[in-house]
Amino acid sequence: MVNQEIKQKIIEIIEKYKREKEKLVMVLLDVQKLTEFNYIDREWVNIIAEELDIPYTKVYDVLTFYSMFSTKPRGKYIIEICKSAPCHVNKSKEVVAIFEEVLGIKMGETTEDKIFTLQYTSCIGACDISPAVKIGEKVYGNLTKEKIIEIIKEYRGV
Amino acid sequence: MQKTLNIITENVGQIRPDSVDEYIKIGGFEALKKAITMHPLEVIEEIKKSKLQGRGGAAYPTGIKWEQAYYVDKNPKYIICNADEGEPGTFKDKVILDYLPLRLIEGMTIAAYILKSPKGFIYIRGEYPESQRIVSSAIKEAEKMGYLGDDILGTGFSFHIEVLSGAGAYVCGENSALVESSEGKSGRPRIKPPFIKNSGYLGMPTLVNNVETFACVPYIVKEGGEKFAGYGTEFSGGTKLVCLSGNVKNRGVYEVPFGTTLRELIYDIGGGLPEGRKLKFVQLGGSSGPCIPESMLDIKICYKDLKVKGLTLGSGAILVVDDSNCIIDFLKCITEFFYHESCGKCTPCREGNKQLLALVNKFINGSATYNDLETIKKVGQIMKEAAFCGLGETAATAHLSLIKYFEEEFVEHINKKCRANICNFGGDKDGKR
Repeated sequence: MVNQEIKQKIIEIIEKYKREKEKLVMVLLDVQKLTEFNYIDREWVNIIAEELDIPYTKVYDVLTFYSMFSTKPRGKYIIEICKSAPCHVNKSKEVVAIFEEVLGIKMGETTEDKIFTLQYTSCIGACDISPAVKIGEKVYGNLTKEKIIEIIKEYRGV
Repeated sequence: MQKTLNIITENVGQIRPDSVDEYIKIGGFEALKKAITMHPLEVIEEIKKSKLQGRGGAAYPTGIKWEQAYYVDKNPKYIICNADEGEPGTFKDKVILDYLPLRLIEGMTIAAYILKSPKGFIYIRGEYPESQRIVSSAIKEAEKMGYLGDDILGTGFSFHIEVLSGAGAYVCGENSALVESSEGKSGRPRIKPPFIKNSGYLGMPTLVNNVETFACVPYIVKEGGEKFAGYGTEFSGGTKLVCLSGNVKNRGVYEVPFGTTLRELIYDIGGGLPEGRKLKFVQLGGSSGPCIPESMLDIKICYKDLKVKGLTLGSGAILVVDDSNCIIDFLKCITEFFYHESCGKCTPCREGNKQLLALVNKFINGSATYNDLETIKKVGQIMKEAAFCGLGETAATAHLSLIKYFEEEFVEHINKKCRANICNFGGDKDGKR
């Protein structure tokens, strides 16, 4: 069953973009932020397809083409570790190991309390402070183990 | 002699990015005011004189591009600013987006005035949400003050700009993929011709330029093309924003005149490498660029000088890699990137990257042979020649250049030796990664 409240919110987003088909990517980005779980449910794809009059398969194609979208529920905060070469040569692998140790999960997984998801990202343009990670919209750089523990504490406290 | 300049980056951090008043105080919109008194072809002539070449990586002469767009006889024409800055190690457009968005808006508006374009888009990558907000706010402010929107400066000419967001796809930096993505579709590159200049956004003529390219235009219009060209070399006009990253002390974005050598950039501006480390190689132009040894650092940053040596500057990313890194381990990082980012449309890229990754992994786990080394060269060459777009054509650039200059280390790995002690050939948990 589709939650009517969510359906209403999806339609509002579509209206905000004047029902333009060209705004599909923008619509999907906004829809993904509707819940704390940072994902787009298959049911919602149906609503978007119908409302924008775009075939379901086309919407699904776009949804799975771009790496920022997820069809599976994720944590409230997505910790994205930069996997690009400038961070790599500044030992981002060690950053990965520290996050995995501190959170007790592996890359790609979500903590049991559904607070954090660990995943890789492509370059976030923070090469001057590499190794860098992005949490939500915030970027953290020049990471050390102490700094990472502090960051996690800060988010847990929220 | 002064090593860095601030032609485009003048006043970075000194004004509120979305304040039109503050931008005007530093000479903002004077170029637009001048441009609307000029004939479009006069403006284009100045840009030609400036020797400005596209700053996104392809280095196409901007004046010629705009002239071609001017003569296309189909309307409406659209203008798209490529702010998809996805090339790893590139973070120079972000400086303009975050600190001087009005300079970009002014450059785009001048282009719109020349082409009588009613509508433009700034396509900003999804990884830069903060930049999207700053640019959107600057657009609103410029509209409020009459420098953008309806009836600009009382000329009767109207031009609107909208911010579009990417959603994480490197291939969207390619201009036809960018246009596809701007239309809300998956960003797979289009077959050309028809070219974007004739049939781009919604099938209409479209001018696509990089952020830095548009940001150069106000200076050129205001001060004249010759003055801008004077900062560079005979073949490459003006200055370039370069992004220094990796194992170097002063990482960051610097504006340097063309003609600066890589050695000056890394050691004089960048402060050299951290104590006790030795430079192993430098990768030019991001992950799609070539890797060159220390002995080649006296080469000048100039499109022509680099081209003669078979190199490219690309977007201006300069990644310094020290001797604590392993060539093969580095290559694995690059290969995984392209394997992930290949859109899958053409076979050379989709299958080539898959094979390259499998081959690089053999070097890492100690099962590679001399034959594998030859296969990397062969697959890389096929991709370079047969891939559909720039992504596949350049995905093996790092492989081919590293083999050219550091074949020794590949051979060492065949013999199960990693001089940086990073590859673990035992095939235990760590070695597999």
